[in-house]
Amino acid sequence: MERVVLIKYGELTTKKGNRKFFIHTLYQNIKKKLDGLNIKISRDISRMYIEFSEEEIDTVLKKINQVFGIHSYQVAYKIETDLEKIKELAIFSMKEKTGTFKVETRRVNKNFPIQSTEFSGQIGGCILKNNSNLKVDVHHPDTTLTIEILDRYTYLYTDKYFGLGGYPVGVQSKGMLMLSGGIDSPVSGYLALKRGVKIDCVYFEAIPHTSIEARNKVIELTKKLCQYTDSIKLHIVPFTAIQEEIYKKCNPEYCITIMRRMMYRIMEKLAKKNKGLVIINGESIGQVASQTLTSMSVINAVTNMPVIRPVACLDKLEIIDISKKIDTYDISILPYEDCCTVFVPKHPVINPTIQGCLKNEKQFDYEKLIEETINKVNTIVIQEDKKQEFESLL
Amino acid sequence: MVYLDYSATTPANPEVVETFSKVCLEYIGNPNSLHQLGVDAKKLMDASIKQIAELLKVREEEVIFTSGASEANNLAIRGVLEKYPNRGKHIITTKLEHSSVLECMNYLEKIGYIIDYVNIKEDGLIDINHFKSLLTKDTILVSIHHVNSEVGFCQKVQEIGEILKDYPTTIFHVDGTQAVGKIPVHLENIDLYSFSSHKFFGLKGSGCLIKKRNIELEPMIHGGKSQTDYRSGTPALPLIVSTSKALRLALQDLDKKYEIVKELSDLLKQEISKIDGVILNSNENCIPHIVNMSILGIKPETMLHALEQKEIYISTKTACSKDSSNSLTLTALKKDDSISGHSIRVSISYLTTKEEINTFVENLKNCIQNLKF
Repeated sequence: MERVVLIKYGELTTKKGNRKFFIHTLYQNIKKKLDGLNIKISRDISRMYIEFSEEEIDTVLKKINQVFGIHSYQVAYKIETDLEKIKELAIFSMKEKTGTFKVETRRVNKNFPIQSTEFSGQIGGCILKNNSNLKVDVHHPDTTLTIEILDRYTYLYTDKYFGLGGYPVGVQSKGMLMLSGGIDSPVSGYLALKRGVKIDCVYFEAIPHTSIEARNKVIELTKKLCQYTDSIKLHIVPFTAIQEEIYKKCNPEYCITIMRRMMYRIMEKLAKKNKGLVIINGESIGQVASQTLTSMSVINAVTNMPVIRPVACLDKLEIIDISKKIDTYDISILPYEDCCTVFVPKHPVINPTIQGCLKNEKQFDYEKLIEETINKVNTIVIQEDKKQEFESLL
Repeated sequence: MVYLDYSATTPANPEVVETFSKVCLEYIGNPNSLHQLGVDAKKLMDASIKQIAELLKVREEEVIFTSGASEANNLAIRGVLEKYPNRGKHIITTKLEHSSVLECMNYLEKIGYIIDYVNIKEDGLIDINHFKSLLTKDTILVSIHHVNSEVGFCQKVQEIGEILKDYPTTIFHVDGTQAVGKIPVHLENIDLYSFSSHKFFGLKGSGCLIKKRNIELEPMIHGGKSQTDYRSGTPALPLIVSTSKALRLALQDLDKKYEIVKELSDLLKQEISKIDGVILNSNENCIPHIVNMSILGIKPETMLHALEQKEIYISTKTACSKDSSNSLTLTALKKDDSISGHSIRVSISYLTTKEEINTFVENLKNCIQNLKF
């Protein structure tokens, strides 16, 4: 028996003028996501239909659960619009069910001879006769069997699953994500993707103070984010020279503040170079000294570019919940130093001032250093591990 | 050559050997090293363990790589006893266990543990009522095989696990050496599960202990972090990857392979039932891979060597306990000497052919004819 996945669009339906563009983007994203599988996708204004081969159903659903812009989906039986065949299939699809149920008919094809309510009653009767474990409850049923009668085909389904919601990635422009290797920044990236923003990731590294493992950790995190989009560019910024200069020349209390200001300056330049419109990061209000509102405003003062902080108002535990859901938590907690933790002063300033920053920054020629650093940025394209790595060996 | 001793060990799958050799040559790093070669090796190790975990439906951190089932059995049994010294001194096991379990028990008895052996019913399964009557709140460990290696009895370990749910401080260890790769294995309700790779076309010197995460173990080999904290030593990456691959290949089309073996086993049983003086010891509770029979009046070793001359290879009892004369399993079933002292084991796999079975049966008949007087 043939089955199809019926996909209902997310918030897309509200966007009148752009609707076509949104649906097209979602279509492309799903197509890319399911690449290599034996499937056929078609779409209309209200839904997308994916035909698949039975043995790949688990993979198909798993992948659909990683695409933004899907409100909900059903796995439906698809048969010819034929009274007897529909009856037979209805009985078959309810064979294993217990508890209460109701039948809901949507008669799109008005030529179908029986009216919706009447048809629901008839089918309900047939099901009852064939499964003594079921009872009818039209108000609060455990299972609702929906029958959609179209011209040629009829769809039957019982369970509805929720997708990730959000907008298809790519309906917005690009943002530059500061990805550190901690718990918060991958979650921020995920949330930005959810709103349809394409992202580039930027990782600041201070080899040899930070290890190659810390970089690999960031690559692994980027791979996890790739599950929700296509491929992601990862810009690796060699930050050692600037960081060492800061620690040589600046007041230790201000080191973190100055370091963050340098990072923002670099972010802005990288964004311009890569057509990014905003900076995205994992700052959460009050979590550490550099994330007090005073610190944020002083650090943010170096750029006019909007800085999106998706997790700014979430509690740490809420952030952790999301990171576990998106499978980044276990990678994030691996114990490798990143450049934010490697030189932490004993008492970072909680209420820095612009004047204090400027005074410290006068101690060295940071513009030249930033220029040199930008020229040495190493950009790699990260893709989701399509197949299991080491497949030939395992 | 007719090899009918697959339960003693199997020839390695050539694909596994290829993996082994590739990993030896191309992944030279120590998974614990911090440089890139080490990182690559670690990644490969993690992917291998992940695959084992997925195949057995357990968590990655629940897979402990060992040198094989004997080590896994020792680690499981002695590991929990040392970890939980205050939980009780009572252990329940059976006489049908592998020597690596039985010898552990003998040792434990010497140092003060009380060991009870569950009665085995005539049909080869453990007497559940007797088992229940033995359980006390001092019972720290129950160790029962999944499939017996000599005769092939397959115990209902899930049922035993269900009973043990009422005994939260009792730890349930199952020796699955003869089960993995032959029959479907479900690890719910089991705390510790051991197996060896070479029983399913993997390499000798490798195996695993599956340890559920709520159980702790005292390591037998100390020395800090390796693949796990429970067994030290530089991770044997080529063997770990090989085990993962062998397990994947073994579980591929398991039901089809089972059917092949079942058919051959039925044929074999049917043929030998026609021979006078041969008594079939394996019954409907046995996996089809093992066919144990007693040949009245002929010493098993004599039979083994007589068949060997025809290039047919079988076992007397199990390869692991060739020192004592009578079969412990058959003795536990209260069989008399004429049966327990005269048993041979034929073990087959999906690689066995009908011709091989026929060759064996013909030669068995001839040998019996020639050796009887």
